[in-house]
Amino acid sequence: MMQNKWFNILVPVISVFIGLLAGALIMLSFGYNPIQGYIALFKGAFGDLYFFGETIRQTTPYILTGLAIAFAFRVGLFNIGAEGQVIVGWLAAVWIGSTVDAPIYIHLPLALLAAAIAGALWGFIPGLLKAGLGVHEVIVTIMLNYVALYSSNAIIRNVLTENADKTDMIAPTASLASEWLENLTYFSRMHYGIFIALVAALVMWFMIERTKLGFELKSVGYNKHASKYAGMSVKRNIILAMLISGLFAGLAGSMEGLGTYGNMTVSSGFSNIGFDGIAVALLGANNAFGVVLAAFLFGALKVGALNMPTQAGVPNELVDIIIALIIFFVASSYLIRWIILRFKREGK
Amino acid sequence: MKNKKLILLLTIFISFGLVLAACGGSGDKKESNNGDNDGKSAESDTSADYSAAMVTDEGGVDDKSFNQSSWEGLQAWGKEHGLSKGKGFDYAQSNDESDYLSNLTRLARDDYDLIFAVGYLLQDAVMKVAEQNPDTNFAIVDTVVEAPNVASITFAEHEGSFLAGVAAAEQTKTDKLGFVGGMDSDLINKFEVGFVAGAKSVNPDIKVDIQYVGDFSSADDAKLIATRMYNDGADIIYHAAGAAGNGVFNQAKDMKKKNPENEIWVIGVDRDQHEEGKIGDHNVTFTSMVKRVDLSVHEVSNLGMSGEFPGGEILEFSLKDDGVYLADTNEEAFTEEIKSAVDEWKEKITNNELDVPQTRKELKKFEESL
Repeated sequence: MMQNKWFNILVPVISVFIGLLAGALIMLSFGYNPIQGYIALFKGAFGDLYFFGETIRQTTPYILTGLAIAFAFRVGLFNIGAEGQVIVGWLAAVWIGSTVDAPIYIHLPLALLAAAIAGALWGFIPGLLKAGLGVHEVIVTIMLNYVALYSSNAIIRNVLTENADKTDMIAPTASLASEWLENLTYFSRMHYGIFIALVAALVMWFMIERTKLGFELKSVGYNKHASKYAGMSVKRNIILAMLISGLFAGLAGSMEGLGTYGNMTVSSGFSNIGFDGIAVALLGANNAFGVVLAAFLFGALKVGALNMPTQAGVPNELVDIIIALIIFFVASSYLIRWIILRFKREGK
Repeated sequence: MKNKKLILLLTIFISFGLVLAACGGSGDKKESNNGDNDGKSAESDTSADYSAAMVTDEGGVDDKSFNQSSWEGLQAWGKEHGLSKGKGFDYAQSNDESDYLSNLTRLARDDYDLIFAVGYLLQDAVMKVAEQNPDTNFAIVDTVVEAPNVASITFAEHEGSFLAGVAAAEQTKTDKLGFVGGMDSDLINKFEVGFVAGAKSVNPDIKVDIQYVGDFSSADDAKLIATRMYNDGADIIYHAAGAAGNGVFNQAKDMKKKNPENEIWVIGVDRDQHEEGKIGDHNVTFTSMVKRVDLSVHEVSNLGMSGEFPGGEILEFSLKDDGVYLADTNEEAFTEEIKSAVDEWKEKITNNELDVPQTRKELKKFEESL
């Protein structure tokens, strides 16, 4: 048991390290200085308070989408639809934020609640189809991503505005933006959302590890038939898992809508917050605290990478490759697990 | 034995870490030296230390359109003053919306004196960053931001597009034209409306097929739209879709390659897109509605360098000062006859005899008056 724990920590650390090493080799083979490149990356993520604030800003939605996907994973479900749930959550939050007029202690919770409900609804549909008809959740969630993307574009254009390509700004009473956090970090877009994300991580940990519901959910994840035999309702648990997963992802959308941007823009493609959440959940070993750490790493990579072209002269395309390689090795932790096990067995 | 291996593994990792940490340390020193130098140069107030940078929108710096054009302008400016990329001028590329503000802020914190934001998509970000960095000058291309330290660079796209419409109406054999826009926004509507007005001024019966891609980067979608338009009988397509417009060129070239007798054309945008239309001995680029973004970037940089930065002003580059014009590089297609017709209309616009519509509402009125 002890060994298992130590193993779970070691594997992601090694994955990240090999990823960085592979990135360094790529930079070296194209004639760029990898040390300078990584220094630029590091400075771009933690160089001073501004960059640190931006890293936290990027980390916030990653924590929530990571939790969403990790939660579904624990029940043996693969929620690719976090992306769509983020979008509907974003839209719902901005909708409430820009149209309702209420004092802050009603308005802000209401906007967050709307985002959570919208996301939960978007997760409920594939959950229901899976539980009721056995339709595979991967297919449904992928398709629902597109439904979410294009219907929110249509709603922004035709309902919320008159053919404009972005919504009005939300009222200050619905905003998560905080002046003191911004001033503290030299006008970064860091906002109160990070606290919501951390609380959500605690909630997920508690729910999974300390409640009867969590036990049932995990049990369904391990073995559906045994759970059914033990008298649990598999269908109810599947629907519930997708619902809660969607709820987290919807909240992630509200972080962008109420915190980072304050509005929503008609967008041609996905924000990738939901998709990156898959990698975050994998790296975090589907554990609430692992997810927080993994989200932080992803946030740092995403924000820091922007600094590489201007500071170290590494071209954008190469930066994309390096980041992709790091993610690749991170995601291939299974491979590393296998290699270490072989390594140890030979030693015996 | 097992433990030994594990300890070995751990030692390797720790030593790697130490090596990296050591490298990090030395690199930091280098960086801070650079920082000192920058500080010095900022203090000494000679124009030779003036630096300018730009932030692209999601199209990227090699979009063969206005991002590229801006970068060319900045490069030309740098060359004129003996600067090189990374020293004196540079660009930062945005992959998506969330990068706009971070890129702008980063460049402002890197002590660039003048920062260009290329494209109207960066409007919100520029508004914020200009307020937060009152000592840095900003310039935004294609839209207006009202702030004392922001220069807004706009173009009379409707005038240039009007001429493109005139030329297309003279050239078309099917009396059907196509327009492929990027995002359905006020700016791109100016292109659409000008083009339609120009075509209908020559021949009110001409039909213009209008469709929007939805963004400025999905070349594959633009290609599908172009396929449909050509199949429906349009023989000239005017694109105002930035990098996505390359899909229109690809489709036209594909069709030309299959059947060189095919009389189909593309009207390019922003830059002279003659190069993009080349296929064998033919060229599908009929003409291009050129916006001299490069010129404007170059000019504003020079103004800033000489201490006359036009902060708070709206600069409009129009037909009058050749800020927009129709390229006549394809002499085979863009004949003298068409050229003289275009010049005639151009004179009417520059003499203020003709007011080219800028919005769909104005176009309706314009069409009724025909």
